[in-house]
Amino acid sequence: MSSPLLELQGVTKAFPGVLANDSVNISIPEGQIHALLGENGAGKSTLVKIIYGYYAADEGDMYWMGNSISVTSPAHARQIGIGMVFQHFSLFDALSVRDNIELAISSKEGGDGLSQKIHEVSNTYGLGLDPERDVFSLSVGERQRVEIVRCLLQSPKLLIMDEPTSVLTPQEADNLFKVLNQLADEGCAILYISHKLEEIKELCHHATILRQGKVVAECDPTKESTRSLAEMMIGRSLDPPAYELKKTGETKFFVQNLSRTAEDERSISLKNISFDVREGEIFGIAGVAGNGQTELMEMLAGEVLADDNAAISINGVECGKRSIRERRELGAAIVPEERLGHGAVGSMSLIENVFLSGHQRFNLARKLWMNYSNARTFAQKTCDDFDVRHAGIHVDAGSLSGGNLQKFLIGREILQEPLVMLASQPTWGVDAGSQLAIHKALLDLAANGTAVLVISQDLDELLELCNRIAVMFAGSLSEPYPVSSLTAEKIGLLMGGAHPEAA
Amino acid sequence: MAAITTVELILLTVVSAATPLLLAATGELVVEKSGILNLGVEGMMLVGAVSAFIAMLTTGSWALGIVAGAAAGVIMSMLFGVLTLFFLANQVASGLALTLFGIGISSLLGIPFIGLPIDKLPSLDVPVLGDIPIFGPLIFEQDFLIYFSVLMVVVVHFFLFRTRAGLVLRAVGESHDAAHSIGYSVIRIRFFAVMFGGAMAGLGGAFLSLSYTPMWVEQMTAGRGWIALALVVFATWKPGRVLIGAYLFGAVTIFQLHLQGFGVQIPGQVLSMLPYLVTILVLVLISRNASRVKLSAPACLGQIFHSNT
Repeated sequence: MSSPLLELQGVTKAFPGVLANDSVNISIPEGQIHALLGENGAGKSTLVKIIYGYYAADEGDMYWMGNSISVTSPAHARQIGIGMVFQHFSLFDALSVRDNIELAISSKEGGDGLSQKIHEVSNTYGLGLDPERDVFSLSVGERQRVEIVRCLLQSPKLLIMDEPTSVLTPQEADNLFKVLNQLADEGCAILYISHKLEEIKELCHHATILRQGKVVAECDPTKESTRSLAEMMIGRSLDPPAYELKKTGETKFFVQNLSRTAEDERSISLKNISFDVREGEIFGIAGVAGNGQTELMEMLAGEVLADDNAAISINGVECGKRSIRERRELGAAIVPEERLGHGAVGSMSLIENVFLSGHQRFNLARKLWMNYSNARTFAQKTCDDFDVRHAGIHVDAGSLSGGNLQKFLIGREILQEPLVMLASQPTWGVDAGSQLAIHKALLDLAANGTAVLVISQDLDELLELCNRIAVMFAGSLSEPYPVSSLTAEKIGLLMGGAHPEAA
Repeated sequence: MAAITTVELILLTVVSAATPLLLAATGELVVEKSGILNLGVEGMMLVGAVSAFIAMLTTGSWALGIVAGAAAGVIMSMLFGVLTLFFLANQVASGLALTLFGIGISSLLGIPFIGLPIDKLPSLDVPVLGDIPIFGPLIFEQDFLIYFSVLMVVVVHFFLFRTRAGLVLRAVGESHDAAHSIGYSVIRIRFFAVMFGGAMAGLGGAFLSLSYTPMWVEQMTAGRGWIALALVVFATWKPGRVLIGAYLFGAVTIFQLHLQGFGVQIPGQVLSMLPYLVTILVLVLISRNASRVKLSAPACLGQIFHSNT
């Protein structure tokens, strides 16, 4: 048997305080779509960054087409035929598609024929792209195509994809799978990282599962269930919450004809958005990123005020022109999309972060003085109740992993016993275990009578949590549909802008 | 040489007033396009001015004077580059410190040379063409640094927007993380940009002490480094607009001097403010499309790059 395309033996990499990879062995033959699975912090990203020459391994050997090799830089990796599509795209917003591609390839491949080559590659794989457009004007799906075309232009033998579908509509994801299958048929190996177990089952030939930096299992994902895959990842059995839909009560959060004009070419105008969220209900807003969800959330939370005070009401009180603080006083709790910067101050401790959003309702301030011991109690309670794994409540919020920080932020808001909970992308980039915990927390909250709004790109999440779902497209919000009348396909079509009747 | 008319004289002084700004601002534009904000332009200009003057006076060579000015600017900028790029110091604070340091060291070095006269940097006359009335002397009888300053605007524009290296430099300023992840050496590229900015600021200073007022006076830049910085922003990081801005500033400077000379009934202080106001107003007006400005502003300007590797 010929040697595999890529083989890692005993790869170990330590960061201060963490062993990110602990003697990892992996072998990928040509033409295989190889899944790399694991919770957040299991060491997947570190491992692919070692393969891509971004980090150097502390120990271990890497073999490329049978020969021992040490990849010294991403440029070196590309040269030998390893391409990578990043989770957070490595694109330059202000530059054109063509410039973005030119930057990543060697100078002799560039030049005048480049636009022609971009056309050829994008046509071969059905990835339509206009080389002259500026990247900031592209949708997320189109941006990903730029990344992929950029890799394909260098005829890679191994393509690494880090959570490529987390930002795509189901239709876009299907398209991507076609491209990946076509590439695999041509002999290109693909190392595929994803949290979405369904798509791993659909796409991948082989899976390696990492937990706390170690390879804990290898399997053929088509022969496993999503549940067994998830259990291998988190190392214990999963008990998804079983809830019956409660009867919903009176309207607690009401939005009527909310509009906003875009400030510039990068943002989206909101067009007459209306919906209501009732007591005990979870209302979902689906949609591909960049269709106005960010703009909507800013207005709902009060980061940007509405022109019309009546556009937003909390518990019957009009508050479209009221500040974030006044909205919180009316009973709103807010979990913004960006955890660091909006949700928490990364360079402040967990205690201080509890104080920032909760000092009124937790009674943490005594006249002008901070009540430090109360704040500490609440921070500790948040971490205990919501299983936030941390190195102490004195550590900076920024040092928590994405999943733990998110649990902390949601826990902090839930402990304030809000009437209305506004959560944007509550499980974005969060591992399966934390995701389950967050879902359970939101369901419990609704069961206790809070009106919950969840804005998310993850359809499975919305279908699992929500009573009603509406879809956002190009700044407009569709009718809300009871979740029982919806399927992923139907929402997918609405997310792509299809008219409700056609869907 | 043909008798110089008043109009020609005024136009010539406009060019002279604009050139130091143009040189320094063109350099700073490249620095900022790479994502670095160097507020030390004033300091680099002063050190460039005093070094050029000393080199010229002691060796008698114009070329050595100019080279010394540029080299002094480069050394100053390397100081800034090492602090901000390798020791990850705050760019604003380091830039301000560089200016203060430049003011101090240039005054110290210049003490023995205050008030000593030198000849003005000679003009390189193009025969025949120089005899064309009004425009002849304006375009064809200027000194080396004036030709060079205009040439550099063209070169920098061409470099930034037509060459691969320029594309890489803009990419680094746009997103240093993305540039790093596709394998460019962010630190090295920025260091070269900072050095280029230093050389250009040094030349701007050299022009002041060799040509504009051929002598050394303490703090003779008189805030021109700050104007150059403002020009870059108001010109929305476009070399052509920096040229317009610098010449506009030069023109209004000279215009208000003449107004003061004619004894117009406006306080001199108000007239002295004119160049600043007019330049900023005009540049704001020509670049008032907010979203285009956002696009040309380097997205990573002033942010510290930490490579994590």
